[in-house]
Amino acid sequence: MKKTGAQILCESLIKEGVEVIFGFPGGAVLPLYDAFPQYPQLRHILVRHEQGAAHAADGYARATGKTGVCLATSGPGATNLVTGIANACLDSSPVVAITGQVATPFIGKDAFQEVDITGITLPITKHNHLVLDAKELARVVKEAFYIAQTGRPGPVLIDIPRDVFQQEAEFTYPGKVSLSGYKPTLFGHPSQIKRAAGMINGAEHPVIIAGRGVIISKAFAELRELAEKAQIPVVTTLLGIGCFPEAHVLSFGMLGMHGMAYANKAIDNADVIAAIGMRFDDRATGVVSAFAPQARIVHIDIDPAEIGKNVRVDVPIVGDIKNVLEVLNEQIIPRDHIEWFHQLDQWRREHPAIEIRECEGLLPQYVIRQIYEVTQGDAIIVTGVGQNQMWAAQFFFYDKPNSLISSGGLGTMGFELPAAIGAKVGCPDETVWCIAGDGGFQMTIQELATIAQENIAVKIAIINNGYLGMVRQWQELFYGRRYVHTQLSGPDFVKIAEAYGLAALRVRDKREVTAAIEKAMEHQGPFLIDFIVEPEENVFPIVPPGATLVEALELPRPEIVTPLT
Amino acid sequence: MVTTKHTLVALVEDKPGVLNRMASLFRRRNFNIESIAVGHTEQPSLSRMTVVVEGDNAKVEQVRKQLDKVIEVVKIVDITEDEPVARELALLKVKATASTRSEIIQIVDIFRANIVDVSADSLMVEVTGDEEKVDSLLELLRGFGIREIARTGRIALPRGGIAPLLVEEGKKPKQPPKPLPSEAESPPNW
Repeated sequence: MKKTGAQILCESLIKEGVEVIFGFPGGAVLPLYDAFPQYPQLRHILVRHEQGAAHAADGYARATGKTGVCLATSGPGATNLVTGIANACLDSSPVVAITGQVATPFIGKDAFQEVDITGITLPITKHNHLVLDAKELARVVKEAFYIAQTGRPGPVLIDIPRDVFQQEAEFTYPGKVSLSGYKPTLFGHPSQIKRAAGMINGAEHPVIIAGRGVIISKAFAELRELAEKAQIPVVTTLLGIGCFPEAHVLSFGMLGMHGMAYANKAIDNADVIAAIGMRFDDRATGVVSAFAPQARIVHIDIDPAEIGKNVRVDVPIVGDIKNVLEVLNEQIIPRDHIEWFHQLDQWRREHPAIEIRECEGLLPQYVIRQIYEVTQGDAIIVTGVGQNQMWAAQFFFYDKPNSLISSGGLGTMGFELPAAIGAKVGCPDETVWCIAGDGGFQMTIQELATIAQENIAVKIAIINNGYLGMVRQWQELFYGRRYVHTQLSGPDFVKIAEAYGLAALRVRDKREVTAAIEKAMEHQGPFLIDFIVEPEENVFPIVPPGATLVEALELPRPEIVTPLT
Repeated sequence: MVTTKHTLVALVEDKPGVLNRMASLFRRRNFNIESIAVGHTEQPSLSRMTVVVEGDNAKVEQVRKQLDKVIEVVKIVDITEDEPVARELALLKVKATASTRSEIIQIVDIFRANIVDVSADSLMVEVTGDEEKVDSLLELLRGFGIREIARTGRIALPRGGIAPLLVEEGKKPKQPPKPLPSEAESPPNW
């Protein structure tokens, strides 16, 4: 039976199990919006800016493991998605972005709201496609979802001209895809796995560095089995937080620029590192030439291009983490590393990173810790980028699988609020806390209207220090305390929330923090708390730019913080 | 690090935008293309691309892997080690007068190149060979005055029975990738 392109798209999305679309209408997608009432099972959430749609789809994807979908019109609608698409690409998040395009006769004519979005997004998508005929549409959608969610996940963009939405074509949804150039390797090479097992079995000072790949592959149990069987401390990347229980005796926190000093020290002294589903980002490694100088490295990743990209690797294993670890674990000989753990525990005592200093004022770390206490860790934390993000990573304990959602690779301020919307829509039964800074929050503040209109029960904590805090910290430590354009004035976030129709509170006193968080939790629906915190609190430890992981500056001892120039 | 010229050959799907994708990748990852040549293959839907890149082995391997991630790239291999037969084609327009014409023709003959066009004051020379041969002919003719040059990039095939890009038709991938579970699952457990 013949259907219009718009109908074909809707039915294809339903076939792919799509339940929700984050979108914003416009001229080129009007024929699609016109078809939506025929498909009430597709929930459309109207964002206030297309960047919010892309982040929401990303947050939805990370929270649920399903592919998130965002939709925008041609031209400015499409370009507004760009930041969100790049963000999803760097953090391997499965997102399908659909954009309208000017009608095919107008393509290339610089028509109204025309932009070459497939050209623009070429380096920030896993794949993209301009559909020139409605007959192709079902196949392209099938391929897009398949590419987005298999192998190393990532964003796929489908650009559809307005007349293709209106064009009629026969609709049959393809049962399978055939892409001769795309065959992710899912099972590790047996002889490499054997070599890895031998290396791990013989290690005296082994460390596991686990990343987001473990979460994507849902290899939680397999990672835990490996760590416990071989008695290896587990260090995670920022995006790997939530792949291993932080309450576990083998958990050694996060590595990297703001990682635990003892975690970085463990890596520096390791003789074997099992890097699992992580990509040796420069924020994780410090100066790469001095990274883990004594270690032989086993690198397990589904993307062959990640292996050997940044650090030398001794045993490369390309495959899906879960599959690889299943085979690897069989070959691991149970043993202990009593001396190594003795040493690790000593470092942990010497470098207590998780301490909140004595202070009469309200400390941001204290706010995060209280959110942990009140939620008992049973929450999804969605962060912004900067100090709030690092404190959320350090002072909340992630005892629940996949409970931190954060913009890692791109470091996108403004990710927090729309991503929290996506997470809450995808997991309505979970408590979702959005931890924002007062700077980043203003970049996507308009999504408060989306929250209000759809009554999305996100709890928002603004860590308000009146500065672009992380940049200010760098200016303090590395630019002679010259605060250039990092001070922010206002606005009154409580009044803003109320203007959007949301309940909100302001907290200045640390004695009011717990009660405020409890009130937010008890409140049915969204709630915003504006925490006015100590303005010049710093994130420690910090590995200075250009330094190695063990050259971190540590607190709390204010006298050691001398400005570097 | 020893940097050498590497010859990568790729089979790519004949779809719009493929060349753009690959070129964009070179630029974005800061890889240097020496030359690139594209042409049809024995299979109608596939093109063959020969790319010459300069770099150390690790860098070129990184280029290869990144290119392999492009969905339309069916297969890509580095054939440098196979000592392939490599050729390029050049068309040279050389200034020629009555007194120099015969000398030019002699040089062209030595190189087993061809004169493909003659006019009152110029000759067009067609030469095929590896880069060195084309370069040395060019060097010799430079003295007469070169008006214009058109050179193709390198194309290459490994010697002997090796056919690294052979795609057997109807052959299925050994491990069909499984999609992530899309149904709602019970919450993940440690």
